[in-house]
Order: sequence, then C-alpha cells, then structure tokens
Amino acid sequence: MSTLRYALFTGCTARESTPEQMKSTMAVADKLGIELEVLNEASCCGASHLQDYDEFLSLVLNARNICYAESRGMTMVTICNTCQLNTVMTKHKLDSDPAMKAKVNEKLAEVGLEYKGTSDIKHFLYAIIDDFGLDTLKAKIVAPLSKFNIAPFYGCHNLRPSELGEGDNAYNPTSLDDLIAACGGKSVDYEEKNKCCGFHAELQAPRTAALLTGKVIAGAMDGNADWMVTPCPLCHLKLDTQHEHASEAIGREVALPVLHMQQMVGLALGCSAEEVGLQHHVTEVPV
Amino acid sequence: MSITTQKINFKVFRFNADTDYLPHYKNYEIEVTSEEVVLDILNRIKWEFDGSFSYRRSCRHGICGACAIKVNGKGVLACKERMNSLIDLFGTELTLEPLTIKRAIKDMIVDKTDFWEKHEAVKPYLLNHIEAFPDEEHIVTNDEAEELLEADYCIQCGLCHYSCPVVDVNEHFIGPAAFVKAYRFEADVRDDAHIERLEIVNERDSGVWDCVKCMECAEVCPKEINPIEKITKLHNMLFTEGVAKSTVAVRHAVGFKHSIAKHGLLDEGELVRYSEGNIGVIKHVPVAIKMFVKGKIVLPWNMPKSEKLDEIKTLVKSSSTAKF
Ligand code: SF4
Ligand code: SF4
Ligand code: FES
Repeated sequence: MSTLRYALFTGCTARESTPEQMKSTMAVADKLGIELEVLNEASCCGASHLQDYDEFLSLVLNARNICYAESRGMTMVTICNTCQLNTVMTKHKLDSDPAMKAKVNEKLAEVGLEYKGTSDIKHFLYAIIDDFGLDTLKAKIVAPLSKFNIAPFYGCHNLRPSELGEGDNAYNPTSLDDLIAACGGKSVDYEEKNKCCGFHAELQAPRTAALLTGKVIAGAMDGNADWMVTPCPLCHLKLDTQHEHASEAIGREVALPVLHMQQMVGLALGCSAEEVGLQHHVTEVPV
Repeated sequence: MSITTQKINFKVFRFNADTDYLPHYKNYEIEVTSEEVVLDILNRIKWEFDGSFSYRRSCRHGICGACAIKVNGKGVLACKERMNSLIDLFGTELTLEPLTIKRAIKDMIVDKTDFWEKHEAVKPYLLNHIEAFPDEEHIVTNDEAEELLEADYCIQCGLCHYSCPVVDVNEHFIGPAAFVKAYRFEADVRDDAHIERLEIVNERDSGVWDCVKCMECAEVCPKEINPIEKITKLHNMLFTEGVAKSTVAVRHAVGFKHSIAKHGLLDEGELVRYSEGNIGVIKHVPVAIKMFVKGKIVLPWNMPKSEKLDEIKTLVKSSSTAKF
C-alpha cells in the first residue's frame, strides 16, 4: 500500500481542552505509517453556532480551510464530528450551488485564494476503516483489548444527516463497533449509542444537556461497559467532564471513562497510557 | 424481480390507556413478502391476529402524515417504508412502537396534543391586512416562492417532533415541526407578522436556542424538509431582524465570531466567560479546576493562533452579514 497522506484539520478542541486527542492522533498515525500534515492556517469551523449568527461568514471561513487542503493536493482529515459536519456541509453547499460558490470565491479572492472543490473531507475514523483497512489494522494489533467491554458512542455529527455522512447508517451504525472488534475489544450494544450527548446546548440549556448526557452514560453502564469510546472530542468533553451534572439531572450516579477512538487504537497498537494522553482525563481511565 | 418471502418476528407495543395499567409487547411471526410496506404489516396484524389492534392511517400515499410510527427506534411513515429496507438494516427481529411511548393512547396511536399546541403557538397562518378590493395583484416571484416551498411540504406527521431528544426531555421545547411552520411564514413575502412571530421563536420557552443540533429531525423527515436547516435560518433572521437579545445563547453564537477574529481559533475559556458573563461563569469554576489540573485548560496568554491570521481578519471584516 502506498503511504496514506492527509491534511489534518485539528479543530480547536484538540489544540485546547483535549490535548490527549492531538497526542493520540499523532501516535496512531505514526504507528500506522500515515502521514498527517497539520493545517495550521485553518480557523475554527464555527461549530454550528457561528452558522446561527452569520451563515455566509461561516461558509467563507470553512471554504478557506478547505482551500489549504486543496493547495496541498490532499484529502482533508478531521478529528472532530462537528468540524467534519460543518466542513462537509460547506463543501456540499458550494459544490451544489454555483452562485454561492462564486459569491464565496469573490471574498476568498481578497486574500488570494480560490475554492475549487478538489479535496475530499473525511473523518480520521473512516480514513482508518476505509483507507487503511481494518484487516491491515488487525495485523498490527499487539495489545488486544480483550479485557474490556467498550461502549461505542458515535456522536450525532458523525451520523446525521446521513447523506453527508460516510457510509454508516444513522439508525444502525457499525463502524465504531467494527473498530472496537479490530482492537480486540468487546463492543457493547446499547440504545443510546447513536443518540445525542447534549454538548451543543450545554451553556444555553444546561438541564436539557445534562439529562441527555446522563441517559447516554447510564445506557452504557447498563450495558456493562468498562469504557466508552468516541470519535468526537466534544462528546468526549461532555461525557468525561460533566458526569456530575448529569448524575444530578437524572437522579443516579453515572460516570465512565471515555476514550477518544484514537486512544483506543493507540493502546491496542502498543502505545503507553502516557503516549495516548490518558493522564488528561477528568474521569480516570483504569487500564 | 420475483417476489420473495421471509419470516420476520415482530415485537409489537400493545397498550390501551382505558384498561391497561402498563403496556406490554406481543410477538407476531409473519411471512413478509418483498413487496410489502410497514402499513401492510399493521393491517395484517389487525386482520390475521387481533382485530382490536389500533393504528392511524388514511391516505396510504405518504401525504396525510397519520401513519407515522417507529421501527427499532427509526421513525417511519408506515405507508411509505418498505419492509425490505428495514430487514436489510435491522435483520429479522423488528420492534414496532408508537412515535412516543409517553403519549401512547392505544397501540400505535399517540396523543399529539402537544404537537398541535406548539404548532398553534407559532401562528401558523398568513398574517396580512388584505384590501377587500385591491388595485393590483400581489405577485410573488418564483425566487420568493422557492424560499418557502420546501417548508410548505410538511405533512405534520410528527416524526421530527417525536424524534427530537429535546422534546423528549423538555416538554416545553417548541420542536422542529413547529419551527418549520414558523419559517414557512417568516419566509413568505406576503406575511406581515415577521417580528411578532420571530419574537415567539426567540423567546417562548427559550425558542430555537435549546436545540442541541443533533440532526435527528433532518434524518427522519420523510419529506426531506431538513428542519434544522430552517431552524438555522430562523436563527439568522433573529439577528438580521434585530430580534435577538443579549442572552447566554445569543452571546454564545456571537462569541464565536469575536474569537475567530482575534485568534482564528475558538478561545474556549473566553467563549464560556463571554456567554455566561462574569457572574454566570462562576458556576463553571469547579469543573474548570478539575480540567486545569489535567492540563485541559489553555491560559489566555498561551492561546494558539491560526497561521495567516491576517487573512482570517480580512475575511471576517469583508464577509460579515449580521450585526449584534
Ligand atoms: S436538531 Fe434540534 S430541533 Fe432537530 S431534532 Fe435535534 S434538537 Fe431537535
Ligand atoms: S417537518 Fe417532516 S418530519 Fe417534521 S412533521 Fe413535517 S413532514 Fe413530518
Ligand atoms: S397513511 Fe397517509 S401518510 Fe401514511
């Protein structure tokens, strides 16, 4: 297999509140021989909130981010569900609406850029599964996670709307379950695995958000999970740091270690706990 | 293609609010043919197993919105959803449930009062003072009609409303279907109630702001109306029409732009402070301390910046379309 090379759009969270996500992404890429070139020029994707305030501005900024993957001639890889969705939504809009593309390009021309639509946008989860391949990954597993029941938590923006997704069915997704199995773990089936963690309304509607978080963790606990694993740093933050509010809201003590999918893969590939950044978790991860 | 059959186990929600204290599930084993839709199965349960089995249906053409139910948690119009695609997706064990168990009256039939109350609350009609004998026609251009066309296709089936996790945990949330309806009239150039209706959308029980952006409504809508996209348009209107007030939610949206203009990236800590205000932010301190100890908080002076930040600043200045 020729070397896989991608332009990595880190998003903001990996650079700030989930440093372990950055560490584990790089560690996994290194172990798998995937080359990631960080898009340091990129701005925030707007996370759907800038979109509420000023949709056009968010299109321009996201188009600019994509331009930097295009100028490298690479597929853009994201490590956050919300970055993925907002970037792909921008691409979808510009590729299907020539008038809007022209309007956005008029702005980008001011800084000497042009959106062309030549780069694909892919979550790292699917780069591993579809491009690298689970069989190739399996062959590299040196520390199978056979001791652990692992509850996959897909995250909304990974699955919905499915026409912008990457092949998982929103009502019965399997990619993360397959990845868990490839790492030697046992995946936990539970009703909330494709539901919402509430992250995006945490400040605006704290009670709603806490109730949703609580239901998710409770579902995974009832499925006997030792850990949860997610491809989204925002879901991670919500589930890892907010379980006390969640417990209060649903009237039941809930808490589980929540790993980024890169951490899980990294551990199975033989990285140390330190290398994948487990020391950065608020809810301790026993390994 | 030839017609094939397959044995399917249906686990069906049964309940009669008049006589039962609790619902139960009853199993029916049925030979399903490859041509059938879910409504055919509902009919066969009634005709072949139990005449008291109850569900709503009328048009059988995906247009009346009466037959919405859930199969293995997936919201479907029973008359439109092919059994074959459900079997492909979920296999041979299928659970049939009403849209919302909380509001079940009899088997698949739910009490949609909350749905209609919220629908009513957004003034789902054209408000316009029309002259009895106008001098000229009120022409709506094609482009203007396009704006509301999609939203006008809503058949009030309730699938988005009863798939919305916020409606599920907060009975006051207006919900995606009523927002679609609000948008349908907000986008209508003949309507005179723009601000009045936007104020409802902004304020009634937190309005659009409590949406968690889960995209369930976009996924489930059988008419491909994409309710969350209409909700985003309503958000945009709140700003362009000057209806948005300085609340946590509004500052949270605006704060993204401030941060991007300054760093390119989002300053997560500053966003929380700006959204909550200097007093409101205090309640986040206990969690913030735990995060800080684990190296999860970047201090203001270490805030990373995008490379070529000048480009971002230029674009923020030249491409902004809303003010707050
Ligand atoms: S995107 Fe918003 S309105 Fe739509 S289902 Fe989710 S929370 Fe409800
Ligand atoms: S928006 Fe779609 S899902 Fe919601 S009530 Fe209308 S037709 Fe049904
Ligand atoms: S029976 Fe009318 S929509 Fe299904």
